[in-house]
Amino acid sequence: MKKRWICLFVENEIGVLARISGLFSSKSYNIESLTVGTTEDPTISRMTISMISDDKTFEQIKKQLNRSVEVIKVVDYTTVPIYMKEILYVKVSSCSEKDKSEIFRIAQVYGLKVIDYNKNSVIVEWVEKESKIDEMIELLKNTFPNRVEIVRGGSVAIESISVSNR
Amino acid sequence: MWITGAELFVKALKEEGVKTLFAYPGGSAIDLFDALYGQKDIDVVLPRHEQALVHAADGYARSTGKVGVCLVTSGPGATNLVTGIATANYDSVPLVCFTGQVPTSLIGNDAFQEVDTVGIVRNICKYAVTVRKREDLGRIIHNAFYIAKSGKPGVVVVDIPKDIQLELGSDEIPKEIHIRGYNPNTSVHIGQVNKALEVVEKAKRPVFLLGGGINVAHANEKMTELAEKMGMPVITTIMGKGAIPTNHELYVGNLGIHGSYAANTAISKCDVLFSIGTRFNDRITGKIEKFANKATIIHVDIDPASISRNISVNIPIVGDANNAIEALLKRAKHLDIDEWRQEVAAWRDDFPITMKTEENEKNNVLTPEYIIKAINRNYKNAIITTDVGQNQLWTTQYIEIDENKRLLTSGGLGTMGYGLPSAIGAKIGCPHKEVVSINGDGGIQMNIQELATAVSQELPITICIFNNGYLGNVRQWQEMFYNKRYSLTCLKYTKSCKRDCANCTNKQTTYTPDFVKLAQSYGAKGIRVFKKEEVVEAFKEAKKNKTTPTIIEFIIPDNLNVLPMVKPGNTLDDMVMEKGVK
Repeated sequence: MKKRWICLFVENEIGVLARISGLFSSKSYNIESLTVGTTEDPTISRMTISMISDDKTFEQIKKQLNRSVEVIKVVDYTTVPIYMKEILYVKVSSCSEKDKSEIFRIAQVYGLKVIDYNKNSVIVEWVEKESKIDEMIELLKNTFPNRVEIVRGGSVAIESISVSNR
Repeated sequence: MWITGAELFVKALKEEGVKTLFAYPGGSAIDLFDALYGQKDIDVVLPRHEQALVHAADGYARSTGKVGVCLVTSGPGATNLVTGIATANYDSVPLVCFTGQVPTSLIGNDAFQEVDTVGIVRNICKYAVTVRKREDLGRIIHNAFYIAKSGKPGVVVVDIPKDIQLELGSDEIPKEIHIRGYNPNTSVHIGQVNKALEVVEKAKRPVFLLGGGINVAHANEKMTELAEKMGMPVITTIMGKGAIPTNHELYVGNLGIHGSYAANTAISKCDVLFSIGTRFNDRITGKIEKFANKATIIHVDIDPASISRNISVNIPIVGDANNAIEALLKRAKHLDIDEWRQEVAAWRDDFPITMKTEENEKNNVLTPEYIIKAINRNYKNAIITTDVGQNQLWTTQYIEIDENKRLLTSGGLGTMGYGLPSAIGAKIGCPHKEVVSINGDGGIQMNIQELATAVSQELPITICIFNNGYLGNVRQWQEMFYNKRYSLTCLKYTKSCKRDCANCTNKQTTYTPDFVKLAQSYGAKGIRVFKKEEVVEAFKEAKKNKTTPTIIEFIIPDNLNVLPMVKPGNTLDDMVMEKGVK
């Protein structure tokens, strides 16, 4: 079992997202994350999907996706060099002054952006690799137990031009 | 010229060459029906239930090789199609199903007879789409037919809202096909073909395993030629039955949980398994880890997703069975495997599947084997359809199929209620063939209303009912694996029963319905057969009816099982051969 990434070009039509997610659920494949948005061609949507599976199941998933009429192209991102980032928003509430300076320090060290705050709360924003976001969430949860609200976006990815950058 | 969507719909069907449409009207489809009124090119058939309607279209498609076409209304019309869509799609039958839909302005409002048709059928068909703009209608219909019949054939559902049916627009239908997400690959990779032949030529114990793909591709003649050229024994799945004539000297039999001893043994002993058009379903493999575990496996399939899915394949060949067989024919040589051929033939001849047990012979029991063999003798140019259950399994064991015959059966989904409506569709599609439908007393009642369709269409089909008073296949499992706890399988149950079927004291209960009277009430003929001696006479009687269907009800014992049988979880060569023997 290992983590896989697929980039999917699909028709930008009503029901296609349901078709793709339905394909995963009907075969009992579990989606870790899925992001979707339109491309430079407004009739085509691009999905970035991550899942954890063994080799055999992953092969089957790719074949199943490929044979869907609505799927234009399937690209396996598991082994190709790509840029891949995820967005993270964290709101920390019930902050003391000390908490706030702690948040600001974390933001400074790691390069998070503080985008909003008031007397009691702070919102930070971060665009990073999934693994780093996992670690950041861990850090913030430990530092401010039961006071963090976390929103993460699911990764999007693009093939790199020259070098490996994962 | 500007025409309505409904008029364009009719025009498009004509351009696709549709001759027969299976249709049931309703509010959201009424404009399509109005456009069909009075035209002469398309024969519109009205079944009595939408589920039977889609099975009829399925039988039409399987028997003719053309696309079967359905038209129903929104809501319940569409939901009634669901079982038939799954049935056809599972067995790679090309259908295009048109469903009416509430006007686009009402979609999502929980309008009267509104369901999300595309949402419901999405996972059981090849492609489903709602037409959202009048200008797309012609292109969508043209694409629908192409998608249904190309590549691995399947079901396409086209959902047409009422306002689109009424809207005026261009009468033009695009001729070309451009679907960027759909380019089925049918040609085969010659390198893989050569590799496969190299392996086969070195083999000592090779066999062909042929599935429904041969019948779907109508590649039977070429396949027979290939088997003869190579001199290689042929085993089929249920869906592959008839891939080469069943009386051919190279034909071994069906494999699987009710397959023949020879077929299952040959699969277990073979060193090369050359499979074409089968997906290695659990019903044929038995315990999967042990399936053909001595063999190098070659697998030809048009669907890449079927390859190395259930078993891992050594040499995959993606492509249409027809093209693959042609490529093989050009290169194949006769194999020097006389000894193996004789060994397999000896298993086949020494251990035939039969119900001629000492007890059955002594009591002169009317067995399904006897009836089906009589069908073999009396119907030479025929399409045979089955329902699902014991009647189907016995048929696949005993029916003989050659180039003049075809077997239609719901193999993948196993849909009860398939037998009668598929026979209706087959007879409409092939009026010059005799059509015999083999059913159990359970399944026939799931679409018995179609007698009205058969009568009104003046179809002289022969409808056999093997009546054992039970849902026999489940009863058999209950007898063999559930300690004779016959839970809910007796169809003669009445309120006064004690629900202790193993010690039944109520055997004289009359059966409901009386199938002979039922046939008569529909204006069909009904014959009841109790004894072997009456069988041939019944078929003769049935053949006299040139414009009416005939029901022949065969009263058979309730304790006949389908044997041999591989117990669940066992390997293929570990079979229960006789009743009572463990």
